[in-house]
Amino acid sequence: MSFDPGVWLAAILTLCIFSFLYKDNPFYKFAEHLSVGVSAGYYLVVLIRQTLIPAFVNPLMAGYWHVVPELPRSFGIFLLIFPVFMGILLFARFSRKWAYVARYPIAMIWGIGSGVVIPLVLQNHVIRQLQATMVPITVQSWADIGNLFIAVGVLTGLVYFFFSKEHKGLFGGTAKVGIWILMIGFGSTFGFTVMARVSLLIGRIIFLMKDWLGIIG
Amino acid sequence: MKRQLPIAITFICAFILTVQYFVPHRSFEMMYEVSNVWLQIIGFFATLLGILSLVLNHWEKVKYKQENWIYSIVALAGLAGMTLVGLIGSQDNPVFEWLYNFILSPIQATMFSLLAFFIASAAYRAFRARTTIATILLLAAIVVMLGRVPIGAYISGGLFPWLADILLNYPNVAAKRAIIMGVGLGAAATSLKVMLGIERSYMGSD
Repeated sequence: MSFDPGVWLAAILTLCIFSFLYKDNPFYKFAEHLSVGVSAGYYLVVLIRQTLIPAFVNPLMAGYWHVVPELPRSFGIFLLIFPVFMGILLFARFSRKWAYVARYPIAMIWGIGSGVVIPLVLQNHVIRQLQATMVPITVQSWADIGNLFIAVGVLTGLVYFFFSKEHKGLFGGTAKVGIWILMIGFGSTFGFTVMARVSLLIGRIIFLMKDWLGIIG
Repeated sequence: MKRQLPIAITFICAFILTVQYFVPHRSFEMMYEVSNVWLQIIGFFATLLGILSLVLNHWEKVKYKQENWIYSIVALAGLAGMTLVGLIGSQDNPVFEWLYNFILSPIQATMFSLLAFFIASAAYRAFRARTTIATILLLAAIVVMLGRVPIGAYISGGLFPWLADILLNYPNVAAKRAIIMGVGLGAAATSLKVMLGIERSYMGSD
């Protein structure tokens, strides 16, 4: 059995969470709330140390923002302070009268996000996927047959998702093949996810049996 | 000012960021880099707003002794403790690492491992081989699950692992690609709607 207080704490918290399998109880609630508080604190610290300090505080202290070397220093610092001003506007949500002011930074986040997303997803999610699917198929090896299967699967899957035309006749048959392939995909993803969770469960059981109790070697 | 200005801000930001992708000029590259940092900094304040909201919510529970208020003290203490410990000392503060390794990490791993039970019970209720497609889904899941454990290889003489690999490498890839393309087109269309001011749900109601 371990004499490390950290291992004991981790084991007790693990058992508190597992107690939920019986029913919701005070031990689970304790661990759940502790997790909420600690993870919020953890991510806040990580954000301060890895985002706020390197991206804002350090350049501000140096009086120079390396991202815009071509611009005058003072203008660079203005560009650096501007998002802080916008970020502070978010807190206007707590005032009934000024709540609408919080929309400006949110609009900015959505605008920048949308602008970045449009070309990026078309490039990565559409063009790259098409490139990977449209490979030369010579039917000389098993890999070629696999690629052919993937090409047919992608095409029929896309046909299934096309709802502007009624799924009837040849189109309906193609869509049916598409849903079969999608179901195989969903089934295998489900099986894979279950096994990933089971491996996490095994990890926790090994922790309790080996690291904490020392029952297994 | 309440609705038009946010729409204008969204349009201008989205338009510039879309155009910059196609213009290989230093000024546009700089705009992209600047907007990236802006997003990070505004994102930090957005997280701060979320944490402040969490604190206020739990503080109200404690203040008015609402149901389960005692657990709110645990959440607030956890938040305050982790933040203080993380901000005091150097980047690799050993106490901060200890709290992460022996509190946060085991709780999160156990929470996710709990899903193994719930996913199994949900599957038992949902996976009935009533239709052809439900049967296909069930069979694929069983093959992959058996193919990932030693007993699957043992009882089938290596057939289940081989079949699981085939399912994961071909039909699964085909299905995922079709979905990824759909998601990509959907995300681009939604972003275009946001940019043009058609999608305004992010502004909430007046």
